[in-house]
Amino acid sequence: MATENAPEFVITDELARKIDRVLDEHEHDATQIVGVLLDVQDLIDQQYVPQSVAFYVAQKLPIKVSVIYDCLTFYSALSPTPRAKYPVQVCRSIACKVNGSDSLLDTVKKILGVEPGEVTYDGRFTIEEVSCFGACDVAPAIRINGTVYGHLDTTEKVRAVLEKFMQGGGQYGE
Amino acid sequence: MGNEATFITKNFGKYDPMSIDSYLSIGGYSALKRAISMDGEDIASKIAEAKVKGRGGAAYDMGRKWSQSRGIKAPHKVVICNADEGETCTFKDREIITHDPFNLIEAITICGYTVNAQDAYIYMREEYRHLRPRILNAIKQAEEKGFLGDRILGTDFSFRIHLYSGAGAYVCGEGTALIRSIEGKAGRPRMKPPFMKVSGLFALPTCVNNVESFAIVPHLLMDDKREYVSYGSGESLGTKLICLGGNVRRPGVYEIPFGTTVRDIIFDLGQGIPGGHSLRLIQFGGASGKVADSRILDTPYTYDDLKKAGVTVGSGSVLVIDDRTSVLDFLRMTQDFFSEESCGQCTPCREGNLHIKLILAKMARSEATQADIREMTKIAKIMSISSLCGLGESAQNALLSAMKVFPETFELGGEN
Repeated sequence: MATENAPEFVITDELARKIDRVLDEHEHDATQIVGVLLDVQDLIDQQYVPQSVAFYVAQKLPIKVSVIYDCLTFYSALSPTPRAKYPVQVCRSIACKVNGSDSLLDTVKKILGVEPGEVTYDGRFTIEEVSCFGACDVAPAIRINGTVYGHLDTTEKVRAVLEKFMQGGGQYGE
Repeated sequence: MGNEATFITKNFGKYDPMSIDSYLSIGGYSALKRAISMDGEDIASKIAEAKVKGRGGAAYDMGRKWSQSRGIKAPHKVVICNADEGETCTFKDREIITHDPFNLIEAITICGYTVNAQDAYIYMREEYRHLRPRILNAIKQAEEKGFLGDRILGTDFSFRIHLYSGAGAYVCGEGTALIRSIEGKAGRPRMKPPFMKVSGLFALPTCVNNVESFAIVPHLLMDDKREYVSYGSGESLGTKLICLGGNVRRPGVYEIPFGTTVRDIIFDLGQGIPGGHSLRLIQFGGASGKVADSRILDTPYTYDDLKKAGVTVGSGSVLVIDDRTSVLDFLRMTQDFFSEESCGQCTPCREGNLHIKLILAKMARSEATQADIREMTKIAKIMSISSLCGLGESAQNALLSAMKVFPETFELGGEN
């Protein structure tokens, strides 16, 4: 696991309270584990489920931690390893591909200065190549934390979307 | 547009999707009120008479499905609404949930009444997470008005709807994988039997339908003028939502009467192919669907006519690919999708997808031989007969159909 050499993720009291609230909202129902993990992942800045959080959820729900890891590694929308504050998901399925998603991906790479799977130096962005998310009517499209941005067929349009998530002074690719 | 109908989509834009009062003001919940005065068997017959087939892809006779579910005697039964549309170029359920969530909730309730179920589960893909508040709001307001919960509308019918989320796994659209996901596990499919109608979610008798299939029901129950059956003919009555995408000027979801020609779908509704390019191929029904070339253009879009032309309705997607993409490139993109989405549990699908991907790459490098093509055909056929679930069975539909439609792509020089 990529977290092997990383310092352990510390669960603050505030995060613990937020996780408890998610568990309450799901009525501590173990069948809702996928939904629980999606909501918990949203609470973590780097959009993943750290090991310490996985054990915390396992103990509090309760559920076996092996079930949590089965889900974390099976479902592509869940991640046991750090992603980024804004994972930029580029649709690589066919309707987007025939509408120029190759050049869209190249543009995103150029603007952010990272390859798919890599994270920008400040932890803000990563690029993920994903399967069809049902936005074929606005192809080519990207999705950032649940919001779809479509018709991204020029560099200017891509830049305008990504700039919404950049902090002043952030220097990326280019 | 002369080719568009508004039967399933008749509520779109007519009410505020966040307000049940708004829905009631356009006649919402009249269908449930009518349904609870009817015998469940009569509801199933009404659907059967209109020849409604499941809109998720399998095209199973829906009236028959409800009647069979109804026939199973058990103290606790469940209904599932499959909102996990993961086929490529398929986004019709997204439109229904966005514009008409209350009709869906009403339809699921009618299904619960018909098959004598107590609970329903909507399984929606993570990609549509932004629509969760819309569905949760509709459920909550329906409960407040007494259309869900205990003793609905003063009857002894009690029914609840729960919303569950997927997490980016195409295979979870498959029924047995879907139920495992709702049970709180990784969504790996299992062998059938037992069939869902006998032992599905939580080992209870389960009736699964697609969002679009549900959406038809309230309108059909209120269709005193028999508008629905006035569309289409033969085994393909009524209307269908199609998802038009790829190389067309106006991609989108359209409701068409069955019998509209493929040409009208692409060149009238979709306004043709942009940039003066010509048509290379059309894939019907999603990534697991089959392909055709321009010879299909004058075929009417019906279950029977498409079948005769070598393709199926499937998920309702119509993906148009123009001459800038070669048949081989198209197949490689489709193969990438399945290589990514195969759950890896059964050998034919896991290994088959890997090896076909390698052979297609070899073809792209012009290194493939006739022996490779024969090997690829053999693997594809083995996958379709021996995979554990529908994903592996249908993964090579595009390849096998392309071999028939575009034989020249697979004619190579080289050794035997």
